[in-house]
Amino acid sequence: MRKTVNQKAWFLVLPVFLLVAFNALIPLMTVVNYSVQETFGDNVFTWAGVRWFEEVLRSDNFWNALQRQLLFTGLVLAIEIPLGLAIALTMPKKGFWVSVCLVLMSLPLLIPWNVVGAMWNIMALPEIGLLGKAINSLGINYNYTRQPVSAWFTLVLMDVWHWTSLVALLCYAGLVSIPDAYYQAAKVDGARRWAVFRYIQLPKLRHVLTIAVLLRFMDSFMIYTEPQVMTGGGPGSATTFLSIDLVKKGIGQFDLGPAAAMSIIYFLIILALSWLFYTLMMRNQEN
Amino acid sequence: MTLELRIVEKRVGAETHIHPTSVVMEDGSFNVLLGTTLAGKTTLMQLMAGIQKPTAGEIWFRGRNVTHVPVQKRNVSMVYQQFINYPNLSVFDNIASPLRVAGMDRKEIERRVGAAAELLRLAPMLQRRPSELSGGQQQRTAIARAVVKDSDLILLDEPLANLDYKLREELRDELPKLFAGRKAVVVYATTEPAEALLFGGNTATLHEGRITQFGGTAETYRNPHDLITAQVFSDPPINVTPVRKTATKLTVFGTVTWPAPKRLAKLPDGAYSLALRPHHVLPAGRAGAAGSFTGRVLVTEISGSESVIHVATPEGTWVSHSHGVHPFAIGAEARLHADLDHALFFDSTGARVM
Amino acid sequence: MAKITLDRIRHSYFPFPSQDEHYALKRVHLEWRDGGAYALLGPSGCGKTTLLNLISGLLVPTEGRLLFDGQDVTHASPEERNIAQVFQFPVIYDTMTVYDNLAFPLRNRHVPEAEVDARVREIAAMLDLTRTLGNRASGLTADGKQKISLGRGLVRSDVNVIMFDEPLTVIDPHLKWQLRSKLKELHQRTGRTMIYVTHDQTEALTFADTVVVMNHGVVVQTGTPIELFERPRHTFVGHFIGSPGMNLLPAEVKGGKVFFAGEEVAVDNATAARTAKGRLEIGIRPEFVGFGKAGLRADIVKVSDAGRFRIVEAASHGHKLKLLVPEGVSIPEGSARLAFNAARTRLYEDGWLAGDRPEDEA
Repeated sequence: MRKTVNQKAWFLVLPVFLLVAFNALIPLMTVVNYSVQETFGDNVFTWAGVRWFEEVLRSDNFWNALQRQLLFTGLVLAIEIPLGLAIALTMPKKGFWVSVCLVLMSLPLLIPWNVVGAMWNIMALPEIGLLGKAINSLGINYNYTRQPVSAWFTLVLMDVWHWTSLVALLCYAGLVSIPDAYYQAAKVDGARRWAVFRYIQLPKLRHVLTIAVLLRFMDSFMIYTEPQVMTGGGPGSATTFLSIDLVKKGIGQFDLGPAAAMSIIYFLIILALSWLFYTLMMRNQEN
Repeated sequence: MTLELRIVEKRVGAETHIHPTSVVMEDGSFNVLLGTTLAGKTTLMQLMAGIQKPTAGEIWFRGRNVTHVPVQKRNVSMVYQQFINYPNLSVFDNIASPLRVAGMDRKEIERRVGAAAELLRLAPMLQRRPSELSGGQQQRTAIARAVVKDSDLILLDEPLANLDYKLREELRDELPKLFAGRKAVVVYATTEPAEALLFGGNTATLHEGRITQFGGTAETYRNPHDLITAQVFSDPPINVTPVRKTATKLTVFGTVTWPAPKRLAKLPDGAYSLALRPHHVLPAGRAGAAGSFTGRVLVTEISGSESVIHVATPEGTWVSHSHGVHPFAIGAEARLHADLDHALFFDSTGARVM
Repeated sequence: MAKITLDRIRHSYFPFPSQDEHYALKRVHLEWRDGGAYALLGPSGCGKTTLLNLISGLLVPTEGRLLFDGQDVTHASPEERNIAQVFQFPVIYDTMTVYDNLAFPLRNRHVPEAEVDARVREIAAMLDLTRTLGNRASGLTADGKQKISLGRGLVRSDVNVIMFDEPLTVIDPHLKWQLRSKLKELHQRTGRTMIYVTHDQTEALTFADTVVVMNHGVVVQTGTPIELFERPRHTFVGHFIGSPGMNLLPAEVKGGKVFFAGEEVAVDNATAARTAKGRLEIGIRPEFVGFGKAGLRADIVKVSDAGRFRIVEAASHGHKLKLLVPEGVSIPEGSARLAFNAARTRLYEDGWLAGDRPEDEA
């Protein structure tokens, strides 16, 4: 009796299990495999131990890319989280304009990533692009294919444009779920706008903000398509982030071993940082 | 015997939610689980239903061990405190849903839904959606869905808690009629002693994950075996004070001495707890009479037909609940009469001695 | 603190109300004295919360004026009205301590810190919160949180009125008694004007000096708990107040006498009965029906034991009646004679107490 129930349950889980296996486990194991082996093609592999890991950790390329990556993610988070929260706070809570706002906000999220890159690529052209021309006509020398600062500015701006909506929508959902009684009580208690934000909205948004930070952290840490389309990692290697470096190694130079080792290090960094964010933001909650 | 819990225990991590509990509930019986929030009522019901598995012990139903049979395989209905209906289905379809799942034919479904709707006075609104109903009607729909399919076990978890006071009164009247003559075991959880009393049947008093007493409702109310049961089953809260018995005298509040009632003759001298329900403490009596004492009035609540007087004694607040209007000013000295014939006595472990 | 006047208030949630049904509050004309304890009592949807929100300033009435001490505050904001309000579900500021929660309304108004401290400690002592003052408010139980909400309502000494919107909904019965009597005690000690909104008659009757019973957006009766219990002006009040509610029997008037199913019944307002014409009913509370040697013939249908008393259901001439029988009084088996207390038996005409129908209802 009990056995049949269990077997049925396994059948129901099977498709998901297979999907996860094909999608995640098998590629991951392949990568692990490559990272400890050496190959010269022809499907001949020899044991390499931790050699590739040592090579990656000793290379300047890797450390430089990691620094750039951390800077980029830091900038993106520092701008998008407060900005998204601010937008959510100013959005209407009721009526016709709610749906208008929601549709407008979700537009950037609906555009494919490579199209976003191409759009900004054209927009930022210094001679004919709307953005590039405008900045140059202000007397500022701007050229994202030549100057690292311009390239960074464009990439960060593009990411903010692309993803702030996500943060705003998450925060908005959190704000709408706060019961009216809290606002009424605050009114009666004579709380000013700032106090309402500090003591009601912000504490009630903690979970939502944690999710927003995690999503934006993981996504921006793995950013590839947009900078690849925009700058190709240049000028020089000014915008060569971890993912771009990795692809260059793996596909460009076909150094499968080091690339695999780097993938794993990359993966572990994301895992560790995500865990750190999560525990830091949740620990406050429990005290 | 039908539903039987054999030394059932539920632990989650280091916490014990239900201490080892054994109880038997008969077919066709109405059983109230009475206890405060977090006393373990919901957990116990979920164990009975098979939604949670016990950590130890067995659950038997009609002679079969059902400990590991999941809730879907048992014939169980539940009604919750929140009004849970399918929002996009009409009242008719809501009530019919368990019958459709069971694959019953259309004629029989119509007959049964009609009968349930008639009983719960939902007949005129069968085509409406739940959102177009009042709270009371929404909960009636949920109850109708629970009774329509002839379940073996019907569990109601504080179903009236979210309703207006007057609606509660109506449904309290209707519910026992609804279950009368059915074979199902009905279990009803509530925090309100008054509700348990009005339903009659059996009552189990719960306190911190333990059933302290289980038996006929009136019997449990009038004859609690321990102090906790008396406290759980009293609204307003029962008055309790330490009492010292010496020969034929009782001393309470440090200084007040009463002649001990005759029924206490065999009780050995010593220290006990005296518990007395507020409606046995009345604003009357003369100084020096047995049961008479005074206290400073903290507050008086007068409901139009009854008075609730809270007085301060050296052993904390005592409450008197009486018929009629007895106004007292705050801070005034009130003379009250404790009806010692109804007083309950407990020893230092809380066990009833008289 | 202030006297509150509701001057011919009507309120509708429709933008252009054209008929009576569009109004959530059809007509309310009340005067509340300074320092009183009031309750607004009625079923869900009767307009009591609307009325509360009009007084607190969360809503502006469609018609009519609201006066505090004769001063028009109809369009003033909640803050300008200087009121306090406690809500149905506990509202606490999660990240603050209990102390800071209580201090919040004072600090927002820049009260000197020494005075804040004194007030917070005084209120905490009244509500038995002193020991938890340093704790984080989010860790408390539901009743602890609601005590904080109550405390924030009581902490300011300068408010015009404190309003309670079903504040004990989430509280267990045994704690309800404590908190309710605490509130009553606080009212008697502080002498503030308090308005308590509830659907629970026990809460309303025990808390308030004056209860306003509402139904369908109209005030049906205003009176002391005793008046509402002993002399309901409308059958709705008879039904809604009292547990079980008032018994109603169809009546006829012949030659100045009142009859139920051919048997004469002595009523208190017999003089008014002579002119009564509409749908007639006799109203008598279960508390005022007893067993007697003479009286209405009835069969005992059911007896339920409520502990302190028993509720007896009887049937007479096809109509149901309830009796409240105190503990210790014996109940006859089978058939019985029911005796009505004539001074508490009344005739109702189209729902209203005969001879006391309000003019705008006629």
